[in-house]
Amino acid sequence: MEYFLTEEQQMIKDLAKRIAVEKIAPLALQYDDEGIFPRDLMKILSESDLCGVYIPEEYGGLGGGVLEMSLVVEEMSTACGGMTLAFAGTGLGTFPIIIFGNDDQKKRYLPDIASGKKLAAFALTEANAGSDAAGIQTTAVVDGDYYILNGTKQWITNAGEADIYTVVTCTNRAKGARGFSAIIVEKDTPGFSFGKKENKMGIRASCTRELIFDNCRVPRKNLLAREGMGFIVAMKTLDRTRPGVAAQALGIAQGAFSAAVKYSTERVQFGQSISSFQVIQHMLADMAIQIEAARCLIYQSCRHIDSGQKNISKEAAMAKVFASDVAMKVTTDAVQIFGGYGYMKDYPVEKMMRDAKITQIYEGTNQIQRNLIALEIIKELKS
Amino acid sequence: MNIVVCIKQVPATTEVKMNKDTNTIIREGVESIINPFDMYAIEEALRIRDRLGGKVTVMSMGIMTVSDQLREAIALGADDTILVNGREFAGSDTLATAYALSMAIKKIGAVDLVICGKQATDGDTAQVGPSLAEKLGVPHTTYVRKIEDIHDGYIRCQRMTEDGYEVIEMPLPAIITVVKEINEPRLPSIKGMMRSKKAIIAIWNAENIGADKCRCGLKGSPTQVIKTFTPVHDIKSESIEGSVDEQAFRVIEILSAPPAAK
Repeated sequence: MEYFLTEEQQMIKDLAKRIAVEKIAPLALQYDDEGIFPRDLMKILSESDLCGVYIPEEYGGLGGGVLEMSLVVEEMSTACGGMTLAFAGTGLGTFPIIIFGNDDQKKRYLPDIASGKKLAAFALTEANAGSDAAGIQTTAVVDGDYYILNGTKQWITNAGEADIYTVVTCTNRAKGARGFSAIIVEKDTPGFSFGKKENKMGIRASCTRELIFDNCRVPRKNLLAREGMGFIVAMKTLDRTRPGVAAQALGIAQGAFSAAVKYSTERVQFGQSISSFQVIQHMLADMAIQIEAARCLIYQSCRHIDSGQKNISKEAAMAKVFASDVAMKVTTDAVQIFGGYGYMKDYPVEKMMRDAKITQIYEGTNQIQRNLIALEIIKELKS
Repeated sequence: MNIVVCIKQVPATTEVKMNKDTNTIIREGVESIINPFDMYAIEEALRIRDRLGGKVTVMSMGIMTVSDQLREAIALGADDTILVNGREFAGSDTLATAYALSMAIKKIGAVDLVICGKQATDGDTAQVGPSLAEKLGVPHTTYVRKIEDIHDGYIRCQRMTEDGYEVIEMPLPAIITVVKEINEPRLPSIKGMMRSKKAIIAIWNAENIGADKCRCGLKGSPTQVIKTFTPVHDIKSESIEGSVDEQAFRVIEILSAPPAAK
């Protein structure tokens, strides 16, 4: 389908596709199996200028937005949703600085992220603060020109690999969610360490760890926006990165679908290729319909966000929910079309089905997203 | 370091189709690409430039569509491109091609190093690089798999052989042709691709480079292609068994048999 991308967007998409085919696909199964973090892929993205597609030009990026980021994530995820996360997770850690950083913070951090020299991460989740993000217990207490951070963040993408962390902390317990503050913490800051690498079902080439803060002193100039704005920083960031999760889900679905179509024309049973059976044809048709619908919703949501609209939460959540549910359904059906072979690790769809699952969970579970969408709808009716 | 890389446009297939009447390559309907070996040449030039500074000029002789491949070279990071183009160059064999390229390189002036791929995937002659060196009167090394050192005035490289490699040192200016073992070519960058869209490709004809038209194109090409074919290696082998004496006897029998019977 023609999506009327600009020449530059098409260029970005084509180059990301080439990287997926030539550089990611040959390594995907091994990186998944051994849990290898894709440093080499980040070097390729850096040389190709793709690290900074969503970063303003004045800070060394290409000046694109959420759509450009999503195009890269989508294409790379067709080959491996896990390796892609080194890039996408960096986007999640960078958007708080793009949206809320002051000029000094932007100058300090964005050029190195745009050039691919440094990776970023975003830390909101804690053991007792998942869907209920207001339950954050990590504290930041002012001490002269510093904040003293104490607490543990959980399941942080790119943890240990990233150099720049946007951490949501509690600076005023009495104010609840209005007492949160987002603070940039650099790797190697004394008192900042990492927990063990998590052993995950999918996205295994992505690195997930705890962030442990033990009297970690961070300069007050690293505060994003103002004290008390932490929850807003988190929500506004997620509004811009949920289409990225959606794009990851879309890429995984597309990868599984392409593999299933190819396999169905090659696999012979009852003397003919299984693609000649109507039952398979209908499955393929349904997969294609869902994928295309997801792509339409994602691209249009991205354009809605990039155009500077004020209300973007509902659209971002819709894209994330729809695409991730599609990814789960499509990858499951792809495994079904492959039959017993699909259940084996020798074929790519088994991994894709495992990778798809997380997209329904992280950056806000699909249940929480539906709450959010419904509340927005009711709010619109009342206004 | 002023480096020139010579590239060739080739069909994007290893199964080249020939026109049986004219014995020329059928290019219609086949996507064109930069000769894969030339990609390694471009990459090596870019790496030397990135390390030592200077300029990489990518050059090709061919029809106007070759500018697509030259634009790709810019997307990869080349600073400048030249297309040697004109009706007078049509039908050039390797001798005429080397002559034309040598005249263009002379026009550029102070060139320290010329890099070519070891051969093109369509013609497979591997002649243009060495011929070019002869025309320019500079030393050359073929099958380079690694540049050990390059400084003002000399280059030391490893030349791949069937059972290892030789280390060869040459004064600059010089020409090397490279094999795929030398590096892993980079992908283009977005900024490079944007630059390549706007880039102006210099087009030089025979007059521009001061070439003698009698030495260009068909007129300057002594090579006549009578027939092209893929050689069939149909070697029959025999496993000799039995006692040592029996085996020796059979070997003598084979060796002493007249050629036709072998």
